[in-house]
Amino acid sequence: MLDAVDRLLINALQGGFPLENRPFAAFAERNGLGETEVIDRIRALTESGELSRFGPMFDAERLGGAVCLCAMSVPQERFEDVAQLVNALPEVAHNYERCHALNMWFVLAADAPAGIAAAAARIESVTDLPVLRFPKEREYFIGMRVQA
Amino acid sequence: MSPTAEAGVAPACVIDAVDRRLIVATQEGLPLVLEPYRAVGEVVGIEAAEVIERLRRLLAHGAVRRIGAVPNHYRLGLLANGMTVWDVEDAQVDRLGADVGALPFVTHCYRRPRNLPVWPYNLFAMVHGATREEVEVKRAEIAGLLGSAARGADILYSTRILKKTGLRIFA
Repeated sequence: MLDAVDRLLINALQGGFPLENRPFAAFAERNGLGETEVIDRIRALTESGELSRFGPMFDAERLGGAVCLCAMSVPQERFEDVAQLVNALPEVAHNYERCHALNMWFVLAADAPAGIAAAAARIESVTDLPVLRFPKEREYFIGMRVQA
Repeated sequence: MSPTAEAGVAPACVIDAVDRRLIVATQEGLPLVLEPYRAVGEVVGIEAAEVIERLRRLLAHGAVRRIGAVPNHYRLGLLANGMTVWDVEDAQVDRLGADVGALPFVTHCYRRPRNLPVWPYNLFAMVHGATREEVEVKRAEIAGLLGSAARGADILYSTRILKKTGLRIFA
């Protein structure tokens, strides 16, 4: 169970972590906590899975890389096998099963745009199923404003 | 108009070999130690001050979106994850997309290509909630905002996470 301090941490940590020599101390002071208390809590929240990660969030496209949302329509009886084949590619960052005829949605990330086409082609060849690509044409907002 | 300008994506940030090593050293996360930037600097082979200066520059260029923690929605009780999708008139999608993206409960909002005939939708807005009922209320709010500009819509709930790793940009 999360206590009040965990919730405060999760809410306050969603951006703007200090860039200074003792960032946990600066962050802790701002939030009325102790430096090692903050470090220990973040470690516990990461280990228990409440936090997926902690650190800089990079924008792959600004770094010359590429990201693309893709979808497949996978026959139910092949779903688990196809999921394994798709997940095996290091370019697959996340993959979700969704309620729709297009029932598998995953994100490909590569250090260059050509890597996306290559990974999609590889998935098509190992699964013998078409991969629909939905590249971002415009971004209206991105940010996680989750209240813990 | 260049494809980049059309896509509304800013030009890539120029990074050098040291930035690249810095990204590799931190894409899994920051070390949980008293002086994390010093610890990263030891891996990269630079001083803590240079790590800080480089991260500040990457932030200013948008190559780092933010520094912080990513909460796990499911573990926080946001069990319903609905990808709402809309077929919005091309002439209006950018204006309306900005309005949808500004709604406090929309966590991601993008314009993406249609894929006819199977996929007529060009606006994607992700909505999370504790229950599907809660997501439906939020979805109705988006529908109200789009009005008759939305010619069709659907919602795709996630039923299972098959894989979730952070983006590995550089190996």
